[in-house]
Amino acid sequence: MIKQTKYMKLSGLEPLVLSPDMNFINVGERTNVAGSRKFLRLIKNEEFDEALAIARDQVEGGAQIIDINMDDGMIDGKESMVRFLHLIMAEPDISRVPIMIDSSKWDIIEAGLQVVQGKCVVNSISLKEGEAVFREHVRKLKMYGAAVIVMAFDEVGQADNYERRCEIAKRSYDIMVNEMNFPSEDIIFDLNIFPVATGMDEHRRNAIDFIEATHWVRTNLTNASVSGGVSNVSFSFRGNNVVREAMHSVFLYHAIQKGMNMGIVNPAMLEVYDDIPKDLLEHVEDVILDRREDATERLLDLAESFKGGAGKVQVQNLEWREKPLQERITHALVKGLDTYIVEDVEEARLLAAKPLEVIEGNLMIGMGVVGDLFGEGKMFLPQVVKSARVMKKAVAHLMPFIEAEKDENSRAQGKVLLATVKGDVHDIGKNIVGVVLACNNYEIVDLGVMVPPEKILEAAIEHKVDVIGLSGLITPSLDEMVHIAKEMKRLDFKIPLLIGGATTSRAHTAVKIAQQYDHGVIHVLDASRSVPVVSTLINEDTSQEFLDKTYAEYDVLRDGYLNRARKKVYLPLDDARNNKFRIDWKAEDVYKPNKLGVQVIDNLDLNELVPYLDWTPFFQSWELHGKYPAILTDEVVGTQATELFQDAKEMLQKVLDEKWFTAKAVYGLFPANTIENNDDIAVYTDETRTEVLETILSLRQQSKKGSGKPNIALADFIAPKKTGLEDYIGGFCVTTGFGVEEIAEKYRADLDDYNSIMVKALGDRFAEAFAEYLHDKVRKEFWGYASDENLSNEDMIREEYQGIRPAPGYPACPDHTEKTTLWRLLNVKENIGVELTDSLAMFPTAAVSGLYFAHPRARYFGLGKITKEQVHDFAERRGYTHEVMERWLAPNLNE
Amino acid sequence: MWSFLLKLIGNSVSLPTNLTEVIFTDMANIREVLKEKILVLDGAMGTMLQAYNFSEEDFRGEQFKDWKLSVKGNNDMLSITQPDAIKAVHRKYFEAGADIVETNTFSSTTIAMADYEMEAEVYQLNFESAKIAKEVADEFTAANPDKPRFVAGSIGPTNKTGSMSPDVNDPGFRAITFDELRVAYKQQAEALLDGGADILLVETVFDTLNAKAALFAIEEVKEERGIDIPVMLSGTITDASGRTLSGQTAEAFLISVSHVPLLSVGLNCALGASALVPHLEAISSNTNFGVSAHPNAGLPNAFGEYDETPEEMAAQIKEYLEKNLVNIVGGCCGTTPGHIKAIAEVASQYKPRKVA
Repeated sequence: MIKQTKYMKLSGLEPLVLSPDMNFINVGERTNVAGSRKFLRLIKNEEFDEALAIARDQVEGGAQIIDINMDDGMIDGKESMVRFLHLIMAEPDISRVPIMIDSSKWDIIEAGLQVVQGKCVVNSISLKEGEAVFREHVRKLKMYGAAVIVMAFDEVGQADNYERRCEIAKRSYDIMVNEMNFPSEDIIFDLNIFPVATGMDEHRRNAIDFIEATHWVRTNLTNASVSGGVSNVSFSFRGNNVVREAMHSVFLYHAIQKGMNMGIVNPAMLEVYDDIPKDLLEHVEDVILDRREDATERLLDLAESFKGGAGKVQVQNLEWREKPLQERITHALVKGLDTYIVEDVEEARLLAAKPLEVIEGNLMIGMGVVGDLFGEGKMFLPQVVKSARVMKKAVAHLMPFIEAEKDENSRAQGKVLLATVKGDVHDIGKNIVGVVLACNNYEIVDLGVMVPPEKILEAAIEHKVDVIGLSGLITPSLDEMVHIAKEMKRLDFKIPLLIGGATTSRAHTAVKIAQQYDHGVIHVLDASRSVPVVSTLINEDTSQEFLDKTYAEYDVLRDGYLNRARKKVYLPLDDARNNKFRIDWKAEDVYKPNKLGVQVIDNLDLNELVPYLDWTPFFQSWELHGKYPAILTDEVVGTQATELFQDAKEMLQKVLDEKWFTAKAVYGLFPANTIENNDDIAVYTDETRTEVLETILSLRQQSKKGSGKPNIALADFIAPKKTGLEDYIGGFCVTTGFGVEEIAEKYRADLDDYNSIMVKALGDRFAEAFAEYLHDKVRKEFWGYASDENLSNEDMIREEYQGIRPAPGYPACPDHTEKTTLWRLLNVKENIGVELTDSLAMFPTAAVSGLYFAHPRARYFGLGKITKEQVHDFAERRGYTHEVMERWLAPNLNE
Repeated sequence: MWSFLLKLIGNSVSLPTNLTEVIFTDMANIREVLKEKILVLDGAMGTMLQAYNFSEEDFRGEQFKDWKLSVKGNNDMLSITQPDAIKAVHRKYFEAGADIVETNTFSSTTIAMADYEMEAEVYQLNFESAKIAKEVADEFTAANPDKPRFVAGSIGPTNKTGSMSPDVNDPGFRAITFDELRVAYKQQAEALLDGGADILLVETVFDTLNAKAALFAIEEVKEERGIDIPVMLSGTITDASGRTLSGQTAEAFLISVSHVPLLSVGLNCALGASALVPHLEAISSNTNFGVSAHPNAGLPNAFGEYDETPEEMAAQIKEYLEKNLVNIVGGCCGTTPGHIKAIAEVASQYKPRKVA
């Protein structure tokens, strides 16, 4: 049993308590001149900004303590330690974690202790120079207040077996705790991790002795911790990272079980224990645990097969190349491997009577397997898109031969027209549907984005398509779809209409679109559903039955919806206003921005945004559902998600290295007060608050609430004029979209939809990250009302900060027309080039805009449905006709 | 923010003094008293001295009549030049029910006194301040031995910070080192003890590194003199975000100073009583030391004055007591004997927080 009555407590700006639920504390080790050549070079050249960036990366990467070491003959260790720590103290995002002051020289340690306000860990002291020196160090540590790593080292030398480790640990502990009253929970023993599998017999027990000594220390020396530098253990396998990573994991796995609770581990040099190939695991455990005489030889033999494989990239298994042609083609398609596809397809072409047979035969057989696996949920979208990439390469190789043969018009299974509707520029989902359908031998007529209805319908007639598919992401697109359905009826179309995209729903399709057109309006939930839906619709035998069934379901949905809609009670606008969200307005909750007016950020370094990336929606855009990072180990989609994530990270690196995107932002902070009507916010030209620059309108919840629950509008979060308080509001628009389209197009031209979609998805993520980043800066610096805020990225994603940044078109503010005000207020188009489409979608698409509210009680909410009364009132305030406003707000209208 | 540093204005008022000589040898052990009841600390010194409207001449007194610099506003030197006024303030707080008064030495370090070039006078300042406070305390203890009174030697943060740069363009710069702080604090602590302080109170800690230097110095004194000195330590949360000026959360601050056995650890200044509650909770639930709080009388108004009444403040202090958060409670900026009286009354109705 581990003996523990007290837990080590450390502090940076924030506490770190080694409670029992933290089973292992990882110490960041990159800020160590002895361990990192790069860090040494930066310190030597006094490139402290870059050196700080390394420290920051460590903290952001999850290091709970950062180790700082300046022991190098070429630098003044004491001066460098003090200087670097001074600089770290000025960086709250680094100094929030405790510091490990690492030196073999006591004067450097002491200099470090004198400049850090938090409780540090000293690394290290030992009995090496005898008890007198040891006691003096312990005495000083008590006065400075620090935990300490005690090396298993004494006057005789370093402990290198079980007995010596235990003996030195006990002797040190007795002096410190029993004689000198040093807090036992502040002692960490470094029991010396030495290499195994060196070929020397006396090294065989190096790992197991450490592990067993760890057990002894944790069960005999109450409250003491055990630590060590893990990478030592695999020293003899330098150059073979696969084996080294497995050794580190196995070592940690066993040492942690025995009570090792802190360590210096490079997370990049660590394999997941469960992911270690079985035979490797067995061989490594034999070595670490010294389980057999020939363990080292056996591991050395096995290690040969992993050699050369840098890091996690294993040698490609090429056995499949020996198989028959069809199996090779199928394998390439299923695995998404394009290396040999042209070679194989050429072989198939020479064997076939006509080149088309290769497509209809070999390739379609392979794609059939892909389709089946996808349908059974055994393959996932990213894989399918990769398969499509192989398919496209194969077809591209065959096309010239097919053209040359001038075959009679071969007919694909059917033709599908796809378009993102007018005013909308989002096409990731649409492109995925196109790829998936193309994989299944449908001919795709892709009209792109922002396609006007006339053009869609003309193209449908011209290309004689069998199905039209419409896509949209923003709410005004819903109306475009309704409009197109009506037009199809008017023009007497007979082909089915598919509806898809993030903003669409089965309910909306049933209630609003299906009734406008008689020959089938089908909502398609996601790309994987598009193939069965299209194939059913195109087949005359199955089409009518499918439509009847779908329409029957729509009727049920529609009735349910209309009943619910009827039951809901809405307040008259005046009553809703009287039930507004009441804030007890106090001067201390209203914070004057540090700088008023409009500011532009031109070309921000994309690296700044990386910590703000939220990956969960990225996986969603690939139809992999689950929260990041748990999704990476998800039982069903984990492998796929991990693979996709690898690819994403590779591209991310290119985005950063080659500066693919340009990040621009404009934001403004203005004096503002809510005006008499309670719903509108006057934005003033200056602090005199005499001249209104713009009026920001807000919509108020109108459904009848339970007692005590307010009917909220955004204007409730700004101090009303009559309070006499001088309040403020902000607005912003960020984009990372410049560059995205060009690169996506390049990939598309290269028949690489996978990467084309990937780059767009990343562009979107960067824009969201930029919005998060800017909000962060606004809170902490530009506005400054939360200058001391210190949130992790997870907390930020959970929106655990003060103030909100609602975006027009989203639940708190579904009114897209607000963007026109915002664009004038910030001069968005001139300042950063982001434009608004007819439907008020932003272009480039990788953009986010919104308003800033700072009050501590400001929160996100959903507007819900509102009545015509409010829409008309709103129209008058906005200066629009009732009809136009009704169209814009149709999705929120309660009837 | 620390308005007790505000310059004083006006003329001197001489007060009649009637000291009773009391020799009080059997000092009650404050650690024992702390287990039995909630101890009350005094309120603001600066606020009380404003009423005297001392002039430059009053400040100078006899000893400093030819001093090279203007000294008006150097409150700490009034312990030498106007000791009766200082004693009167101590007396008012004891009368209001305080168990502990703080010496008038908030800025009596060589570092803070450099503004007046009075580094050489630091020993005398601390010694005299402790001596007169102790005289008044003994007077009250003699009159009512059931309520022993104590003197806490006030050790302020100095006007320099060890872990922050005063130069925004050079974040690596420091205006003072740990050793300079340690030496200055050590000198102050020794003089306070020589003058008779029962406790050392390191207060208004806005930079934990300064506090660690003070604790280091006190440990040295303890070791050299072979004595145990009760130490109170009190940090300052500078705004509603819940951090010290140097950026630590209350719990991180607590961890950073817990290596030395403390009589109490807590918070003072900067905020009103209610605003301190969450941060006191963070401290109270994570320490086995006593917990202290001496908040301001609310936040200053537009003129820098504190206008929270004794009743208003005591009502907020009641929350501390109901939540069992504190062992020692008092007042900082803007508090008066009226406030302390109200606080003492409410504190007497509650049991102290359990200390391990």
